[in-house]
Amino acid sequence: MLVLISGVLLIIIGIWAMLTRKNIIRIIIGFSIVDTGVHMIIVAIGYIKNATAPIIDSAVNTSSDISGAVHVNSLIVDPVPSALVLTAIVIGLAVTALLLSFAIRLYKVSGSLNIDDYEELKW
Amino acid sequence: MPNLFALILLAVLSILAAIYAVLTKKTLNAVIASGIISLSASIIYLILAAPDVAMTEATIGAGLTTVVFLYALKHVKGGEDD
Amino acid sequence: MIKYLLTFLALLGIGYMFFPLVMEFSTPTRLNPLAEAYVSSSVNDLNMPNVVTAIVVSYRGLDTLGEVTVLFLATAGVGFLLRKRNHEAIFRRQGSEILRIGASFLAPLIIVFGVYIFTHGHLSPGGGFQGGVVMASGILLMVLACKEFSFSHNLIHFVESLSGVGYVLMALTGLLLIGFDSFLDPRFLPKGEWLSLFSSGAVPIIYSLIGLKVGSELSSVIDSMQTGGEK
Repeated sequence: MLVLISGVLLIIIGIWAMLTRKNIIRIIIGFSIVDTGVHMIIVAIGYIKNATAPIIDSAVNTSSDISGAVHVNSLIVDPVPSALVLTAIVIGLAVTALLLSFAIRLYKVSGSLNIDDYEELKW
Repeated sequence: MPNLFALILLAVLSILAAIYAVLTKKTLNAVIASGIISLSASIIYLILAAPDVAMTEATIGAGLTTVVFLYALKHVKGGEDD
Repeated sequence: MIKYLLTFLALLGIGYMFFPLVMEFSTPTRLNPLAEAYVSSSVNDLNMPNVVTAIVVSYRGLDTLGEVTVLFLATAGVGFLLRKRNHEAIFRRQGSEILRIGASFLAPLIIVFGVYIFTHGHLSPGGGFQGGVVMASGILLMVLACKEFSFSHNLIHFVESLSGVGYVLMALTGLLLIGFDSFLDPRFLPKGEWLSLFSSGAVPIIYSLIGLKVGSELSSVIDSMQTGGEK
């Protein structure tokens, strides 16, 4: 619950940064803050009270029936959000690097990082 | 309740670092603040029993993303501050 | 003034969008049926303790294939935008001797630790993505500390292509050996013993290939960002 609220606050702060800052690098920092907030929300949704990590080792209480099938008795957290966030973080780094390389090329070509200097798409 | 106390501390730290990253004048400080956000997020994931996510976030968010931002700042010398 | 008002209204709207999510959320006390099915079939069918790895590699394997493709496309975009041009190179200062010797001592250990993480991804926390990232951070340490350090780009591209092709080939092997409804099924290799390294079918091999691919791609991203288009 607490982590959920702080994730929402991080998303709002990141969008605030993207809306008010003029510098392109600062806008990309806002994007990465939004990224972290979304990951926090997804992980917080998968949490279960007093549960252990989704790895079936000696810390997890298991029992097996006659046919040999193993049943997990104690609580573990939901593994699906973990699996989603795991890949999303790596993709987030690659996308951030792509945005930054766009910014570097813009600076090399036109010598400015201020978003107000790019008026081609304004109307 | 030490876990709850640590969670409150880390959540407040990450939000304060985010507000600082938006308000500060120097872009370098904003990059370091976003690294702090990722580091506290990774400890939050560890407390929320997601060790896989915590490992990824600690190496990527606090390590590689910060370095990639710093490399980009090196290449845009002169135009990086507001 | 009107701009600040509009920004404030936009933020308020976004906050309002998240309001029902926060208000109606209550921490669940038990797993939902989908996650429960994943847990029991990961333990019983695949003989794998780490359920997150089971989901990433096997049950949601097609998503992972797509994510690896997105990673490849982003890396190719970075390499294209920052390709070598005739700008003058920025002067780099040589690191001190302590830094250089310490880094060249630590970097192989970090890379071996990355290999350990992705080969044991089905037993302990970790896996291909984490191991690849740790390997890339070892290479980053060398790039930061030593001025004259450079790795062979042909080798990096060779490793990247080889592991990508190997990943798809493993997926197709499952399709051909088990049946025509089992793309990315790792069960064509034996299940092995509980908690041993060579267990749970082809999952360690597939995750090692993903780890090599992620590590080489992130290394080439770091190299492109470091040179930034200069020679």
